[in-house]
Amino acid sequence: MKKFKYSEITPENIYKNRRKFIKNMGLAAGSMFIGQNLVTSASANTNKEELKLTDYRYVTTYNNYYEFGTGKSNPVERSQKFKTTPWDVVIDGEVENPIKISMDEILEMFPSEERIYKLRCVEGWSMVIPWLGFPLNKILKKALPTNKAKFVKFISVLDPEQMIGQRFPILDWPYKEGLRLDEAMHDLTILVTGLYGKKLPNQNGAPLRLMVPWKYGFKSSKAIVNIKLVDKMPTSSWMKASPNEYGFYSNVNPAVDHPRWSQATERVIGGGIISPRIPTTMFNGYGDEVANLYTGMDLKKYF
Amino acid sequence: MKSIFKPGVFTLCLIPFFIITYKIFLNKLGPEPVKEITHFTGEWTLIFICITLSMSPLKRFTNFTFWIKIRRMLGLFVFFYATLHLLTYVVIDYRLDWSQIIDDVVKKKFIFIGFAAWLLLIPLVLTSSQKMIIALKHNWKRLHKLIYIIAIFGSLHFIWLSKTIYFKPLIYLIIIIFLLILRINFKRIISKTR
Repeated sequence: MKKFKYSEITPENIYKNRRKFIKNMGLAAGSMFIGQNLVTSASANTNKEELKLTDYRYVTTYNNYYEFGTGKSNPVERSQKFKTTPWDVVIDGEVENPIKISMDEILEMFPSEERIYKLRCVEGWSMVIPWLGFPLNKILKKALPTNKAKFVKFISVLDPEQMIGQRFPILDWPYKEGLRLDEAMHDLTILVTGLYGKKLPNQNGAPLRLMVPWKYGFKSSKAIVNIKLVDKMPTSSWMKASPNEYGFYSNVNPAVDHPRWSQATERVIGGGIISPRIPTTMFNGYGDEVANLYTGMDLKKYF
Repeated sequence: MKSIFKPGVFTLCLIPFFIITYKIFLNKLGPEPVKEITHFTGEWTLIFICITLSMSPLKRFTNFTFWIKIRRMLGLFVFFYATLHLLTYVVIDYRLDWSQIIDDVVKKKFIFIGFAAWLLLIPLVLTSSQKMIIALKHNWKRLHKLIYIIAIFGSLHFIWLSKTIYFKPLIYLIIIIFLLILRINFKRIISKTR
């Protein structure tokens, strides 16, 4: 396992921008970043020595975010005026201590750290992104889940005024996703507040999104407003749209094909026409950390 | 006049090819260039199918024989773009990884039907010459009705690969069905039933 410095692989201009950002964040947040920005989370980078960060411009212009339209460039084109302040997040359901917390409070209470994760889309492409975020379990623990809580449901914002895609019944709006409680509590599961050392761009799910690196990208909800602890397995928007194509677990798994396309390989975004497909790895390469969550489970059945 | 028309249409038909070549060499294909080439050539195949199928209705409605004279060339361009589309998938995308390709063709219905459509184009290309038209006589016409099946297969290929909304792929299917309906000789059907 090799730890590598972000500064080694970051284009200089982006790196400079990030320093500026840190300055803007104020001293307290700044010192927090300086402490952590140079070394990535070791556990997050198992076998990833070869990973090369995807260009910032691709990370922020090639997005699946159907609230703003189904084209890959729709989110960047249509989300720039999207209002992310004020923003409250409610954590409720099977909890002893329901919380309503503002984005400002979240940023203050839960210091963000950098996590370089590979994002594998169910469509067969992948990116490597330096996220800023914090483990979801930190905020869940504050709400004190009861012993009835078995799953976590994520509900994204419903705002057809601002989100043109929500005016069409493409999916069951607002966007809903879910995790099993142990998946949600796992240290690799993070709530994201930024990327590339900057505030999270609107097209990437600002102000708060999920990132579950061993699952297909659609599991990582964007613009989250409600995190609900529940006793039954929630039905996600994609499960509802097409139950035989999108399962609840949706773990990255090269051996289980999507009914319409193979998942054995993936194309690396930004590689250009010359770069070949690479083999997709079980749990997107995070098997060492998460495979034990699924011991004894038939992952073909629970896809 | 005759000498200008055909080369003119031929050049027009090559424009999409020039556009994609230009984009490849100037690196203007964005984050997923391979997918971009695949979609581009695939969509132009469907467009050429629609154009080719429009020729005989156009002749009927305008009484110009010009349409029929360029029909063969248009049909061959269907095969040209379909082959570019297939080659993009086989050579650029999957790097001749035959086990994966065969697996896809067998298991994925949208790839199966797309490949079937390409295979069905081959007999049409092989029998496209004047010589073959004469040699096959009325069978030639029968054989070339395959283009209707190919057209339906092509639009299904597009519909089945789409993730949620089928708006654009459905438009192709609707156009194709419309062009096929135009071929039905209603007068004959009515007189037969009487």
